[in-house]
Amino acid sequence: MSDDELIWRIAGGSGDGIASTSQNFAKALMRSGLHVFTHRHYPSRIRGGHTYVEVRASADPVKSRGDGYNFLLALGDSFARNPQEEAYYGNEEVKPLSENLDELREGGVIVYDSGLLDPSEIPDFDERVEENDWHVYDIDLRSLARDQGREVMRNTAGVGVTCAITGIPLDAIEELMRDAMPEKILEPNVEIMETASDLVREEYDVDAPDVSVPTGEHDEEQVLMSGSDAIAYGAIDEGCRFIAGYPMTPWTEVFTIMSQNLPELGGISEQVEDEIAAAALAIGASHMGVKAMSGSSGGGFALMGEPLGLAEMTETPLVLIEAMRAGPSTGMPTKPEQADLEHVLYTSQGDSQRVVLAPGTVAEAYEASRRAFQLAYEYQIPTMIVYDQKLSGELTNVPASHFDREPNPDIGATLTEEELADQPHTADGKFHRFQHEGENGVSPRSVPGQKAGRYLATGNEHNPAGHISEDPDNRVAQMDRRQRKLDAIREDLDGDGLLVEHGPEEAEYGVLTFGSQQGTVEEAVDRLNEDGHSVKALTVAELAPYPADAVRAFLDSVDEALVVEMNASAQFRGLTQKELGTHGEMLSSLLKYNGNPFEPAEIVEGFTTKIVDDGELPGNETKFVPAAGD
Amino acid sequence: MSAFSAIGEEREIDRNEYTPEIEPQPTWCPGCGDFGVLKALKGALPEVGRTPEETLLVTGIGCSGKLNSYLDSYGFHTIHGRSLPVARAAKLANPDVEVVAAGGDGDGYGIGGNHFMHTARENHDMTYIVFNNEIFGLTKGQTSPTSPKGHKSKTQPHGSAKTPIRPLSLSLTSGASFVARTAAVNPNQAQRILKEAMEHDGFAHIDFLTQCPTWNKDAKQYVPYTDINESDDYDFDPTNRADAQELMRETEDKLYEGEVLTGVYYREDDRPSYQEEKQQIGEMPDEPLAERYFDGDYEWERSYDRFIDKHK
Repeated sequence: MSDDELIWRIAGGSGDGIASTSQNFAKALMRSGLHVFTHRHYPSRIRGGHTYVEVRASADPVKSRGDGYNFLLALGDSFARNPQEEAYYGNEEVKPLSENLDELREGGVIVYDSGLLDPSEIPDFDERVEENDWHVYDIDLRSLARDQGREVMRNTAGVGVTCAITGIPLDAIEELMRDAMPEKILEPNVEIMETASDLVREEYDVDAPDVSVPTGEHDEEQVLMSGSDAIAYGAIDEGCRFIAGYPMTPWTEVFTIMSQNLPELGGISEQVEDEIAAAALAIGASHMGVKAMSGSSGGGFALMGEPLGLAEMTETPLVLIEAMRAGPSTGMPTKPEQADLEHVLYTSQGDSQRVVLAPGTVAEAYEASRRAFQLAYEYQIPTMIVYDQKLSGELTNVPASHFDREPNPDIGATLTEEELADQPHTADGKFHRFQHEGENGVSPRSVPGQKAGRYLATGNEHNPAGHISEDPDNRVAQMDRRQRKLDAIREDLDGDGLLVEHGPEEAEYGVLTFGSQQGTVEEAVDRLNEDGHSVKALTVAELAPYPADAVRAFLDSVDEALVVEMNASAQFRGLTQKELGTHGEMLSSLLKYNGNPFEPAEIVEGFTTKIVDDGELPGNETKFVPAAGD
Repeated sequence: MSAFSAIGEEREIDRNEYTPEIEPQPTWCPGCGDFGVLKALKGALPEVGRTPEETLLVTGIGCSGKLNSYLDSYGFHTIHGRSLPVARAAKLANPDVEVVAAGGDGDGYGIGGNHFMHTARENHDMTYIVFNNEIFGLTKGQTSPTSPKGHKSKTQPHGSAKTPIRPLSLSLTSGASFVARTAAVNPNQAQRILKEAMEHDGFAHIDFLTQCPTWNKDAKQYVPYTDINESDDYDFDPTNRADAQELMRETEDKLYEGEVLTGVYYREDDRPSYQEEKQQIGEMPDEPLAERYFDGDYEWERSYDRFIDKHK
């Protein structure tokens, strides 16, 4: 077992405080100078069901959940109520223990709540413990918590046990509890944590810990943040003060953060009847000159195809967020997948165009969010951020200074009244809102209430003043101008350096990926290079307009490449082949779509099997798709 | 110069200001009721004191959707059934702009029915005109949600088995604070009601009967109308909700059989509009949000100052 990192998994039922406990724990580790990364796995139900959070901590930067884990805190599912196999899978009563053994590393620690969990119900438990040299602590967390407070506080007891075993000082956790809890429940929680810790110290030999926690130091102050936090903060810093939405996992996280804060920021948040309305409201607010956004996840975004096209045709700036989850249809609501890529790229009728950004990390999510607003308002085009449940909910540490930026309320190509007076108008006084010319394809706009700015915005094809027109020359002129925006945007984006290459400059092989798989792929590539292979990775963070030149250059520099993505139909590889028109023969796919994101080891194994050994990988959750050729 | 100097400008407004001199001329059929709506609106807007540049007319799809092509204010011609959500947000973003939404019966009561219900319940401060000709016009004569039971068309060749929607009752039940019916053949009443609706502080729904001489020759649009606000037979108090409801039920039961009652059915004057409610609970700024983007002196808050500590 590796000593240089702790991967702590806390398991239980939804509603047992797994998320809040793990968040505090991760923050305490971050504050102690470590790099952290959390991974959240939960079912689509309110209470009960198998849920866990992993907190990975290391002295060195961590970019993914890592491989497996070395410390299991199994709390027991206090809401277990589906003992039958059919309901979900496995035995609900013992799931927090039974479902979490497969990935526990050799020599790892198991702490389980003997008040709720009975290992005798798990076949071969003792044999597996012996075989894997696991160190088992059976502690009645439930009784301990009940005796000194309330039963629900057994998560705190579990943290006390964890601290005793790993040598983490209790002070750090207590400080965070003080910030998060009212006095009334703080006292019993602190007491429970201390009692649990003392109990372990008395009854077990903790001077020779089974799992030690690394020590580290940060160069600068860090913050713990999720992709959803970063997207919301990016929007706020770009002056977005209007959001409309309908709740849907995992988009709800951005929607919630914005809704909770916009009123205090002088903004407006609207929860509306459906996603068509949500996107239409964002269009209405943006039309008036306000920076606005909306968003959803797969099924809800499906409804937005219609307003999306309207925004494009009326050239109304619009920012939409698409938080992917496993589909089709409602699919697996709480599980990540990258299978809405084509949906986001191609939905809506006609030759419709949009910008699609796909951030790969929390830090990038902030940048992408800001960039999305800049592009949408400067070019008057719908701009989307596509990410997934993984990036949405994972917490990781980022230097605080990354977010120390100036706000940018600029509403792009919008004219002032002074400027409007000098613009072309028709004889009856209507402003030429949709001029045929327009630098970079952009035709600056006015907003209602401005003098000399009257025009008609319409989803029908229209002439320069906005009137519906089926004139063929006008049609071609307008269409060409709208299409021209994409070239200008591509040029703009090329200066951003949002494409992230990782690994040696000269390498034999490449790994190509997009979005939330970035960190995992990079860790896998590091490991492959350590093992003597020659590999580099490219993460594409801009999907439309596609950075064809950069990807072509990357592929030209390697002999063969593996495309890693979380879907069953190789959508990103398909996009790459479509955009490049070549290189198909050198691309293979490593796909995963079982509801869990890749671990680095799976990418290492996939790469070795397919690229190095030219073989096929067993198992149905990870598979290769043969290269299609050009 | 203010960022929105067209707003609140006090001057005499010539109704011809709303009429484009050059193009385009309406593509509506000769005798179409939509001309009546356009005329009434052109008459009412100057009466309310609204200039073309402080007025936003948001429309849906269909013959009615072209309304703002022929009225020279700011306009937003949206998509099937979506005029209301666009209009709602426009009003929230800049409440100083007069927002009027318009669409047809298919657009507003069919595909946009859900938005209609929710906009009414939220009581957004705007006027919503539904051109009700009991037919889909621009798609060439299909049965609409207001077509009478038994109505035959190419898509309902055996006659519709559906009871028509009751727009006034639906609107009142959903929570609209101003509900009226008028008709294109009553231009004076139409103009009066439109003016009242625009002056009303809340969601004003007008079911506007418009004849379709091309696709719905048999409909009742040509019968004489009785104005409930002016007829001695009714002695009607439009602020009485129960009476309004009762009269709506009666007239909507026999809308296809003879006498058609028009006028303001219901008016709730003391109810705050949605934007006022939102301001009261602190969810909406006092000054129009849109103005802030043109105010060089406004200090924009940064996420770093507001949120970073809780992530440390």
